[in-house]
Amino acid sequence: MGSGMSSNAIRGPDSETALRVKALESLLLEKGLIETAAIDELIELFENRLGPWNGAKVVARAWTDPDYKTRLLQDGTAAIAEMGFEAVQGEEMVVVENTADVHNIVVCTLCSCFPWATLGLPPVWYKSAPYRARTASDPRGVLREFGTEISEDTKVRVWDSNAELRYMVLPERPAGTERLDETALAELVTRDSMIGVSKVARPD
Amino acid sequence: MNGVHDMGGMHGLGVIVREEDEPVFHEEWEGRMLALAHAMMAGFCFKLDEFRHAMERIEPSHYLRSSYYERWLEGTITLLLEKGVITQKEFDARLDDLAGRKG
Repeated sequence: MGSGMSSNAIRGPDSETALRVKALESLLLEKGLIETAAIDELIELFENRLGPWNGAKVVARAWTDPDYKTRLLQDGTAAIAEMGFEAVQGEEMVVVENTADVHNIVVCTLCSCFPWATLGLPPVWYKSAPYRARTASDPRGVLREFGTEISEDTKVRVWDSNAELRYMVLPERPAGTERLDETALAELVTRDSMIGVSKVARPD
Repeated sequence: MNGVHDMGGMHGLGVIVREEDEPVFHEEWEGRMLALAHAMMAGFCFKLDEFRHAMERIEPSHYLRSSYYERWLEGTITLLLEKGVITQKEFDARLDDLAGRKG
């Protein structure tokens, strides 16, 4: 729910909204403006191939390959493409690094812009009114709501995404992971840590 | 111009509601809606900026009550009607057909 509210009218395959979508699809098909196979392919892309597991690989590589990390922070779009993850609509990627001094958090106050290539589609809360509103005015409060305490000495930076420019956070590598390889590190990296609402937890 | 969509800093909107193990789409139509809008943009029926603007033109109280993909649906229909790609009459007729209603 964009607004955090729900309505029964939009639930279920026979809801009015589902029917309106179906009516639209059937008209566009009839006019030859879409093909069912292409629509199914797009759904498959967003449902199964784009997701935070891509971003996690980028983060793990940056943690283990200093040259890659330099490239990633200098030109996120190119460094992410190097890993085989291309922008869906030509959007530029900017990667911001969390350190002991700076904690970054990403929002899209106007709507829902999100780094699709590395994180897939955003969760509902990212698109919701409370997150969009409050991350801009009270990021530390929002972080506390996610259970993330940021010390007063650490600066919090908020990045407001737009259609052309999408941000991703390079989280801090947790202590106790010195022996882990890139694959094992990638498994620790969560979507939320790359949005900046949480940190990457130490492995158990 | 600001508007209800320009939410940065707005007060009183409540707590952030999160869902564990959230699916990519909550309803089958949401995925189809996303794909339809992308196909329209890929086929140059409308551009991303126009699309966002069409959603920003949704009447404010309706905008706040709508779910994310309902806004995609409204924005897409608005643009396709404005550009003459579809007409209201044929859309309503198709909807009635699918709903098993008499037009």
